[in-house]
Amino acid sequence: MTAPTTAREAILARIRDAQALAPAEEVTIPRAYRTGRTLPTDELLELLTDRLVDYKAEVHACPAADTAQVLAAVLRDHGARRIGVPPSLDPSWLTAYDGEVRRDSADVPAPELDALDGVVTASAVTCAETGTIFLDASPDQGRRALTLVPDLHVCVVDRSTVEAGVPETVARLAPTRPTTLISGPSATSDIELERVEGVHGPRTLVVVIRTDA
Amino acid sequence: MRVGLFATCLGDTLFPDAVKATAVLLARLGHDVVFPPGQTCCGQMHVNTGYQREPVPLVRGFAEQFGDPSIEAVVMPSGSCAGSVRHQHGIVAERYGDAALRAGVAAVRTKTYELSEFLVDVAGTTDVGAYFPHRVTYHPTCHSLRMLRVGEKPLRLLRAVEAIDLVELPEADACCGFGGTFAVKNAETSAAMLADKMRHVTGTGADVCTAGDSSCLMHIGGGLSRIEAGTRTLHLAQILASTRTHPYVLPDDTDQLEAATR
Amino acid sequence: MSPRTSQADAPARTTYLGMPTVPPRSPYGTGNLRGDRKFPRAAHDELRNDQLRRNLGKATHTIRAKRLAVTGELPDWEALRDAGSAIKTDTMNRLPELLEQLEAKVTEAGGTVHWARDGAEANDIVTRLVQQTGSDEVIKVKSMATQEIGLNEHLAEQGIKAHETDLAELIVQLADDKPSHILVPAIHRNRDEIREIFRDRIPGVDPDLDSVPAHLAAAARAYLREKFLTTPVAVSGANFGIAETGTLSVVESEGNGRMCLTLPDTLITVMGIEKILPRFADLEVFLQLLPRSSTGERMNPYTSMWTGVTPGDGPQNFHLVLLDNGRTAALADKIGRQALNCIRCSACLNVCPVYERAGGHAYGSTYPGPIGAVLTPQLAGMDVSSDDPNSSLPYASTLCGACYDACPVKIDIPSLLVELRHQHTEAAGTTAEQLAMKAAAAVMGRPGVYRAAQKASGLGRALAGRDGRISHLPPPFNGWSDTRDTPAPPKQTFRAWLASEEGAKTMRAAAKEGREALRTTTAEEGARGRSAGAHAEDAAGSRADGDVHDEEEQ
Repeated sequence: MTAPTTAREAILARIRDAQALAPAEEVTIPRAYRTGRTLPTDELLELLTDRLVDYKAEVHACPAADTAQVLAAVLRDHGARRIGVPPSLDPSWLTAYDGEVRRDSADVPAPELDALDGVVTASAVTCAETGTIFLDASPDQGRRALTLVPDLHVCVVDRSTVEAGVPETVARLAPTRPTTLISGPSATSDIELERVEGVHGPRTLVVVIRTDA
Repeated sequence: MRVGLFATCLGDTLFPDAVKATAVLLARLGHDVVFPPGQTCCGQMHVNTGYQREPVPLVRGFAEQFGDPSIEAVVMPSGSCAGSVRHQHGIVAERYGDAALRAGVAAVRTKTYELSEFLVDVAGTTDVGAYFPHRVTYHPTCHSLRMLRVGEKPLRLLRAVEAIDLVELPEADACCGFGGTFAVKNAETSAAMLADKMRHVTGTGADVCTAGDSSCLMHIGGGLSRIEAGTRTLHLAQILASTRTHPYVLPDDTDQLEAATR
Repeated sequence: MSPRTSQADAPARTTYLGMPTVPPRSPYGTGNLRGDRKFPRAAHDELRNDQLRRNLGKATHTIRAKRLAVTGELPDWEALRDAGSAIKTDTMNRLPELLEQLEAKVTEAGGTVHWARDGAEANDIVTRLVQQTGSDEVIKVKSMATQEIGLNEHLAEQGIKAHETDLAELIVQLADDKPSHILVPAIHRNRDEIREIFRDRIPGVDPDLDSVPAHLAAAARAYLREKFLTTPVAVSGANFGIAETGTLSVVESEGNGRMCLTLPDTLITVMGIEKILPRFADLEVFLQLLPRSSTGERMNPYTSMWTGVTPGDGPQNFHLVLLDNGRTAALADKIGRQALNCIRCSACLNVCPVYERAGGHAYGSTYPGPIGAVLTPQLAGMDVSSDDPNSSLPYASTLCGACYDACPVKIDIPSLLVELRHQHTEAAGTTAEQLAMKAAAAVMGRPGVYRAAQKASGLGRALAGRDGRISHLPPPFNGWSDTRDTPAPPKQTFRAWLASEEGAKTMRAAAKEGREALRTTTAEEGARGRSAGAHAEDAAGSRADGDVHDEEEQ
């Protein structure tokens, strides 16, 4: 027997040795936890809103037809005069907004994003039970830096993308897309375990739930 | 039922009153109590301190003493010793025993009970006819709580005691810091845990702090004695064995001195 | 049972030629898996730190309540724990193939995979990769693996400055301190201490900075933002690596993780080989278990997932370093390998009464608390010949079991502690303690000798004062007797009482009461044939005052 030459071979050989010394006990994975749950719309959105508010997100609900008005009002309330949007955000969403809109692209250096007052994006899928929004960097959500550097993130969530629990939500993801899970604004509990909202990510998260979209 | 009483080495030697109370209580409830005379120690201290070869004779002795199939249940006034029999004897037998020992251990393990488990689950009783007109707080010992999962059973037994003033112990499920040889090897950390436990115990204003393990009570009681606290420790069995006709008399301070030197 | 499961045939089932050898531990003297003194000695000092005790007590109690609230609200919590435990066990069973699959998927997605046998090799790999970028600084996401191998110290020796970006890690780094908790590394610091550290160590910080946590967090935000936007290399750990897809994941709260994983050109992730999960869908279990066990939240604020390199989004150079450093040694232990299932939630620390008093530093390792007490000795060993401080870790527990109840993947930490104690005593061979244990077992193994010893223990009464209390004991029991009295052994053992006239009389009276009680019960129950009670009644008469003392006092 010759000694393994690379770290890779050595580690794999060590694992096989370990498994020979302590043979594995076969295991079947019990999956008795809840999956495939559905909830009626009102219950689902009530749950989601409760969880979002609990984690200090600002929540608005509206029919899809009111998207532009609601977004304009939110941006105005937060004093956002210059916002960034992902490349393929529905242009009709911002027709009522009178500030400056910068459409993002991969060649915009990240420090420039720091000069934006906020960002408006769509979202991929949302888990009601935990109040978690999943962004998957699709063209209506943009690259990850866009929703990270600005201090205000206004995120549009459509009813059709809201799932009850974590398993239902994970099942709808495209695994290899860069994915960000967002549950409220950034937070830390590092000082005496007292929760402080707003550290490095956007300190304000506004969620606009479109109840009929 | 024909019940084999395991006194535990600590109970037999240092806390015989708790074992007496257990024996009397079981007999009074109509059980046929037998005391296999060759019994000694379950070997828990050895296993918990890292020694598994040395207690093989103890594990074997236990299995032999209580292996008699006419003994329907083995009962002991200790959650940690019951835990040792049920969870550790198998480990020792598997590693250092022979086939006969493994079989013996397996047979005895399934009929071994801590006192409150036996009373509630096997004998199906919560009211044992006890009378104890004192303020009592209950400390659920770790092995009763998390190894045996006795849950509310001791409390159900205590709530049924006539005239008892049962008060809840804050942070009851926190360990008292005993842990066998832990209290010797890590005496200072153990003492810090004990200090918090004593603060909660004395804060209840109870006359008596009770539990299902003489070992933990020795620890808590040893601390309470050192700080001259007004609360004393008493095994659960002694409360349950106290009746109107044969009440347990709480000694006052003078009596306590006499009792201790008796 | 088929014969092929027999031990003799087991090696033949592998493709490996020759006898399997036990994989090496993390080399002695490297990394941060060993303190410089044993637990009781270290705890001695920590226990005297009143500030630490207050900080820890408050923090652990707060987080316990939060965890119980959010785990209690899931009706399927136990089912999730069962699934999580089984998935990790399955992962360990299939580790080689899963690692190869992960490597293939990451490579396919544009990443580069490196393998490191130990901490030193991992440190060299990371250093070389940083040097290749030309940068002399890196930003870091809180990572247990890089803490374990002492990466920051190694980078510093090579002239590379590592900026910790997690708030607590920043506090620890600025104070030249060591982390004391897996999740909240600065748990031992209170807000006033943190304000002092920031005022002294952050360049240009407002000298009037107060100790309001929100203001302290804002100061850290301002300080680190420039680093995030300008540093070209980041180093991270990983919470999960998905074999099926090559996806890596970091679970965090502050957004510093997202910053590091997104903004630099180059990302280097150091991941222990046990962090792997077979399938992407397994995240449905762990994304529920981890945050609820860890911070006591339904979900942590941010989780990032990435697969290799995505053109136009995030780092365009991605390196994954797979770290062994003693993990395969743990895997070779049938019982101990459970510790590899750990997902670093730190729930066991937060519920541990020993951790609560002694704090994380007393363990001397990157991994403190109950999981540290079982993981550290397995990764780095308990070298008996050098009186290894790690050999004291398995004893730093009362075996109270709170950790096992809290563990989201059901690692039976008390059983592992007992197992490691056994391994330690076996390795230590003949010691004074072992001789004492042997002697005790010899006495207790022979009932006659045992009874004689019980009588002799009555001699302990000589140690007692007139009040029947023993207040001083000789070493090694002096630590016990410093704060606890011990009752003098009573004159009469239980068995002697039972054999005595008084005992027999008492038991007869009790049995009589029992018979009367049964008669009443039987009458109430009516004629149901021969009941268990009736049997007991017969037996009680013959046994309680029969056998009991026949064999006694022979």
